[in-house]
Amino acid sequence: MLEQADRARFEAEIIPHRDAAFNLARWILRGRAQAEDVTQEAFLRAYRSFGAFQSGNARAWLLQIVRNCCFTWLQQNHVAEEMTEFDEQTMPPKAENPESLAMATYDRERLQRALEDLPAHFREIIVLRELEGCSYKEIAAITTRPIGTVMSALARARQQLRTILTEPVPKGSQP
Amino acid sequence: MTCDLTHTRLHAYFDGELDAMGAAEFERHLESCPDCEARLAAEDKLRSALAGAQLYARAPETLRKKLQTALPKAAIPPEVRDPKASVEKSWRWLAIAASVILAAILGTHYLEKMNRYSQQQAMAAVIVDAHLRSLQPGHLEDVISTDQHTVKPWFDGKIDFAPPVRDFASDGFPLLGGRLDVIDSRTAAALVYGRRKHIVNVFVEKAQPADSKDASGELQGYHWISWQQNNFTFTAVSDTAYADLDQLKQLFLAP
Repeated sequence: MLEQADRARFEAEIIPHRDAAFNLARWILRGRAQAEDVTQEAFLRAYRSFGAFQSGNARAWLLQIVRNCCFTWLQQNHVAEEMTEFDEQTMPPKAENPESLAMATYDRERLQRALEDLPAHFREIIVLRELEGCSYKEIAAITTRPIGTVMSALARARQQLRTILTEPVPKGSQP
Repeated sequence: MTCDLTHTRLHAYFDGELDAMGAAEFERHLESCPDCEARLAAEDKLRSALAGAQLYARAPETLRKKLQTALPKAAIPPEVRDPKASVEKSWRWLAIAASVILAAILGTHYLEKMNRYSQQQAMAAVIVDAHLRSLQPGHLEDVISTDQHTVKPWFDGKIDFAPPVRDFASDGFPLLGGRLDVIDSRTAAALVYGRRKHIVNVFVEKAQPADSKDASGELQGYHWISWQQNNFTFTAVSDTAYADLDQLKQLFLAP
């Protein structure tokens, strides 16, 4: 149980990041209902280990916990998910055709579907960078990966996102 | 600078993560490379599309309420919780006086402990920062060599002490190179070691009386360990396991 002062500090420093926490969970888990449960679980876990957090980046500290809870949830619920960690050796960069770059379509619905089609480890990195505006250093801390890996994974994630967006829309998936 | 090399660098530039020199270098490359220019424009288009698509999912009101009720309430003294409680006045004053004295005693003790703790935390943040900075492209080594007899003389004349440079390749910590770094406004020799796929920075500084003898910790997923040896303060930092850092420390301490 936290001391009164710690509880106040938790409310002042950690609780305000609930949007960031929920948004990350929503995209890793691809659903709002799961995200709500897992975010709550993550906050409880953060609350219990708040004693270990003294100073530093509160948002990154919380998001690291949220992320871990999300991946645990995916594993426990056997969600069919590409869980392979990004590895530069086995995933060499593919050349991107400049002409195809111009063809990508970017309406909201397609973007949302494309982002959800990305492997989880690419999805989280795009969400942290583009939606949450995290620095490489923060992403490295949240995902516990070296900053160099974050850099190349981000490059690859963007490329794959664009590739999905240039693919023709499958029949029947349009409303 | 070839385009292959710039592939990742383009993203670092696009995200404002290159230092001034790196950014200038990249901009020079950009002037003569229409391919990179097209890529950059494509990245920009994707970013504006993502930003404009309102994909950010804010926490619903239900979650806010759940958090309010789910987090256990800290123990609140009864007289604060229930002001109508009929406590005898004199008793209350005595209790308040006692708790003020107790708080003062505990507070001083706590502050001292906190102070020591936060100093260590601040140091850890500086070390982890320096480690992260070194991992930016082109920042890791100033002298690239696996030969301790090349790395050691490189420091001559650059700093006013001779750091002990040793290669531990046979123990699984190959020396990759060295560079100068500034840790908390003190010049340090940074020795770079490899550990499987990880990079370990070992910062060597002249020991100061205020340096703690032995300390270790974790910050943002990075482990660090510091020790003193022959009037130097060593600090090793990496995202590798703590046991690896401890092993490296033992290698340094071994004659």
